[in-house]
Amino acid sequence: MDYTFHWRPVIKALPDLMEAALTTLEAAALSMIIGIVLGLVLALLRLHGNRPLYLFATVWVEIARNTPALLQLFFFGFGLGAFGWHLSPFMIVLCGLSFNNAGYLAENFRGGFLAIPDTQIKAARSLGMSASQSYLHIIIPQVFRLIYHPLTNQLVWAVLMSSLGMLVGFRELSGETQFLASNTFRLFEFFLAAAVIYYLLVKIVLGTSYLLCRKLFRY
Amino acid sequence: MIELKSVEKKFGDITVLKGIDLSVEKGEVISVIGASGSGKSTMLYCINALEKIQSGQIIVDGIDVHADQTNLNELRRHIGMVFQQWNSFPHLSVLDNVALAPKLVLGKSKDEAYSIAEKQLKHVGLGDKLDVYPTRMSGGQQQRLAIARALAMEPDYMLFDEVTSALDPELVGEVLDTLRLLRDDGMTMIVVTHEISFARDVSDRVAFFHQGVIEEIGQAQQLINDPQKERTQQFLSNVR
Ligand SMILES: Nc1ncnc2c1ncn2[C@@H]1O[C@H](COP(=O)(O)OP(=O)(O)O)[C@@H](O)[C@H]1O
Ligand SMILES: [Mg+2]
Repeated sequence: MDYTFHWRPVIKALPDLMEAALTTLEAAALSMIIGIVLGLVLALLRLHGNRPLYLFATVWVEIARNTPALLQLFFFGFGLGAFGWHLSPFMIVLCGLSFNNAGYLAENFRGGFLAIPDTQIKAARSLGMSASQSYLHIIIPQVFRLIYHPLTNQLVWAVLMSSLGMLVGFRELSGETQFLASNTFRLFEFFLAAAVIYYLLVKIVLGTSYLLCRKLFRY
Repeated sequence: MIELKSVEKKFGDITVLKGIDLSVEKGEVISVIGASGSGKSTMLYCINALEKIQSGQIIVDGIDVHADQTNLNELRRHIGMVFQQWNSFPHLSVLDNVALAPKLVLGKSKDEAYSIAEKQLKHVGLGDKLDVYPTRMSGGQQQRLAIARALAMEPDYMLFDEVTSALDPELVGEVLDTLRLLRDDGMTMIVVTHEISFARDVSDRVAFFHQGVIEEIGQAQQLINDPQKERTQQFLSNVR
């Protein structure tokens, strides 16, 4: 073991790493928001859609959950690229992560919907609420409570999964680390630093989620 | 006035209501008794169209409930319903449970909705629970909450489906007292119940259901104390 650590290049590059960490968070958060909306729609299609819509949603969920996330990313990069449709690295990552999040979350939402007794809908409808009002004000808030922790897990997963972005040229935390490391030849130091930053990011996500949970759900 | 004319209801191949005729006048309280599975709940669900019917007609204040053009959300504003399982909305405070529908359905402002809700909650004796979440309350309290929630829509009719059946015995009284209160207010009610003495003392008429038909109907005292049909006699001697 005659490897000597040189931390100075890492310390000098900390602002760049931090900025890249923000990019990571941004991509994860955006893909989560899109994933939640799409996941809700997919879950409702699988529960209430007609045959073609049900099949569409099911195929999406199956692919998202049963193929490597990296290949899903590549689809939006090289896949679409082969048809002359070139997305920016950020868009590739955003689409890939959103696709993946939506597939996983759809199953969580579906389980959540099934867990709410249908008498809740009956009670809401008996008060004169429309079907959409019943879903919006009675069912969906309860579903979010039920699947809050799986949602948080998915967000953590999205933060970590976004590191695949470096393979399609996206300069998030991993991509930036790779770039800086190969410029300075301090690979080990840089990737160690990145690991610590990822760890902290995840802890921040979990801590925020915990506080939000206590604020949102008082029952 | 609620009128059922030869109402038939099927679940798949099974006919659950086999030609129900019943009319309920304004201000009248009708109790519905009968063995479980005889179709009592189903009849209530058909009256506010939570279930469809296959033939016959249900008319509420001149409106044909099951006609295609009937606006069900509008109709249901006038028909309150309380269920055996109280169905509180667990994610909303007691006050919000009651205020939500007036806001959404009646278009009341937040302040109006809250003051309506507060009034109804006081009426059923929950004035000190406004900010509590329903999961923290007893079954009896949640059932009174469900009653207040329905009353906040200022319905013309109330349907009660075995509202005391899921309660611990010591909580039954407070809910029945609330129903008596409504009767004294002049509310028109159809009350499905297993509380025979309540049916006798509080309602004007009692209908006895047997396998999807109204086997016997009559003045409350008379039907309970002196039933004419053999099946009614049998049922009443079994539950006593
Ligand atoms: N949603 C449903 N699907 C199929 N059968 C049902 C449904 N609801 C009720 N039934 C059947 O209809 C009959 C009457 O039920 P119900 O109206 O609940 O009776 P009661 O309220 O008198 O106990 C029962 O045989 C019951 O199994
Ligand atoms: Mg019943």
